[in-house]
Amino acid sequence: MSLELVCPAGTPSALRAAVEAGAHSVYCGFRDETNARNFPGLNFSPDELIEGVRFAHGHGTKVLVAINTFAKAGAMEAWKAALANAEKAGADAVILADLAVLDHAATHHPNLRLHLSVQAAAATPEAIAFYADTFGVKRIVMPRVLSVEEIAKLNAAINVETEAFVFGGLCPMTEGRCSLSSYATGKSPNLTGVCSPPEHVAYTEDKNGTATRLAGFTIDRFGAGEQAGYPTLCKGRFVAGGKTSYLFEDPVSLNAASLIAALAKAGVTALKIEGRQRGKGYVAEVVRTFRAAVEAIDAGGTEVEVGRLLAGLVEGGRQTSGAYKKTWR
Amino acid sequence: MPETEKSTGMTKTGLSLGPVLFNWSPDRLRDFYARIADEADVDRVHLGEVVCGKRQPFTDGLWPELIERLQAAGKEVVLSTLALPYNPRERAAVVDFCQAGELAEINDLTALPTVAGKPFLVGPFVNVYNEGAARFLAGRGATGICLPVELPISSVGVITAAVPEVAFELFAFGRLPLALSGRCYHARLHGLHKDGCQFVCDRDPDGLPVDTLDGQRFLAINGIQTLSSGVEAFCPTPEDLAKLGVRRLRLSPHTVDMVAVSRLYRALLDGRAGRNETLAALKALDLPGELVDGFTRGQPGSARVEMA
Repeated sequence: MSLELVCPAGTPSALRAAVEAGAHSVYCGFRDETNARNFPGLNFSPDELIEGVRFAHGHGTKVLVAINTFAKAGAMEAWKAALANAEKAGADAVILADLAVLDHAATHHPNLRLHLSVQAAAATPEAIAFYADTFGVKRIVMPRVLSVEEIAKLNAAINVETEAFVFGGLCPMTEGRCSLSSYATGKSPNLTGVCSPPEHVAYTEDKNGTATRLAGFTIDRFGAGEQAGYPTLCKGRFVAGGKTSYLFEDPVSLNAASLIAALAKAGVTALKIEGRQRGKGYVAEVVRTFRAAVEAIDAGGTEVEVGRLLAGLVEGGRQTSGAYKKTWR
Repeated sequence: MPETEKSTGMTKTGLSLGPVLFNWSPDRLRDFYARIADEADVDRVHLGEVVCGKRQPFTDGLWPELIERLQAAGKEVVLSTLALPYNPRERAAVVDFCQAGELAEINDLTALPTVAGKPFLVGPFVNVYNEGAARFLAGRGATGICLPVELPISSVGVITAAVPEVAFELFAFGRLPLALSGRCYHARLHGLHKDGCQFVCDRDPDGLPVDTLDGQRFLAINGIQTLSSGVEAFCPTPEDLAKLGVRRLRLSPHTVDMVAVSRLYRALLDGRAGRNETLAALKALDLPGELVDGFTRGQPGSARVEMA
């Protein structure tokens, strides 16, 4: 069976670009705290989603709507409205993480197909069976702690589909289990759908170059003439045990392109590309390239041929295949 | 077993000693819990390795004797499950803990099918951010929930009021458990991989401090876990807690004198000591970091404790 390519659509124009570039599915979110990419200038209004779904369906592309933050106590209305608006727009599935949101969706929107967000961090057959049996979840976006071998074993032990991240930004922390950003800034992915938010970022020049800070904490320093990167908390340089290092993760992005064939063999249904904050040009190029790679695998192409197709996809930065190879740990 | 939560009229706020998060040797754990059993002013003690499955073989054999020791001293014992199980051995350990016959605290939904239908507790690693999630877990048998550390204090009162059948607990003392990962940072720092980690995390019994390039104390690592550098010190008055609907506080073990910490909190909760007095006494102890309490004041978690 062919791999489904699930592509980011941070904006209506990125959605159209991804669809036209050959995405089998696109994923997007509403312009509020109900989705984990709650950044200025991104996301969809309910009307934009209706239009986006119409466009995507016209091209045979599915639309998955991420409603994947944890609902605020006493204020479920935004999450309930997001579910209702996704169903009204004709979304093919919603991607959820919170028990309360899953429970509400399963009870009040029985016709909506439910996917479990990576933010729920379900990594075992027991946890996955719980979500499938209790809420009727049909697909799990897998947390990035499993190697390809472990994914194969997991798929043999469950009866729902799995979706694996293959390209883009990479959290070294288990998603949905990280409060580093709120420790520094008061805002976090689980609480407000943001990490290391821009309003807390400062670039300060002094005689040693540029310090990048998050809520006053120095995340990295750059020499004169060096390009100062964005201070994402877990991608910074810190001092521990007398050593200065990128303790949590180097400034790398995920590229598991070389493992696509292995992931397919491991029983993965869908490949996910991160990047809802990316522009339409980037999205179109990445989607086109991965679509060609997926088709090459379907046609029995070798790993070398597939690798050649994807070789051009380097963002200028360094890349890692993350937890899919055990040595990452 | 101390009846602290369901008595009518005067309700004494419960005080729990959370699981040891660090890689302490069996000898150290045995000595630690012997003193807790004899001297600590806590009514409930959590046992179990919740951070790293690789450490479990070192302590597995220890728990039965510690359960007995603590129960003989009148403590209620809770077995806390691993927060991020994924391999078959770790999954089996979660099931074993839940079936051991003691009250279990689940730290991942992997444990839910095993405990569902009988009373269980929910640990701070499970994402309970709203009354809907709390009510759902209560419906499965949860009788107590220790809320996530980053949950805004404004949400706490909403949740406790909506789900009165659950005894809610807040993390009150210790370095805040902020993140978990598939990767071991102790191993990475020492040029090793998790699979061949040599258990280097045992060198840092309170976690290894992580400072910024400008020398600010920021975080601490503990194997796959990242904690705050600052030591949470939530020191509410009994009236504050009653208003919040919180019925239990959790003290997270460190190498500092935890018997002393437990006595300070007991006095605070009983109204025998004030907030400033308690904070001053905590500050005088040999703590691994500055006192912080931002999460319980609607601030970033790293905000320092302010004395009135």
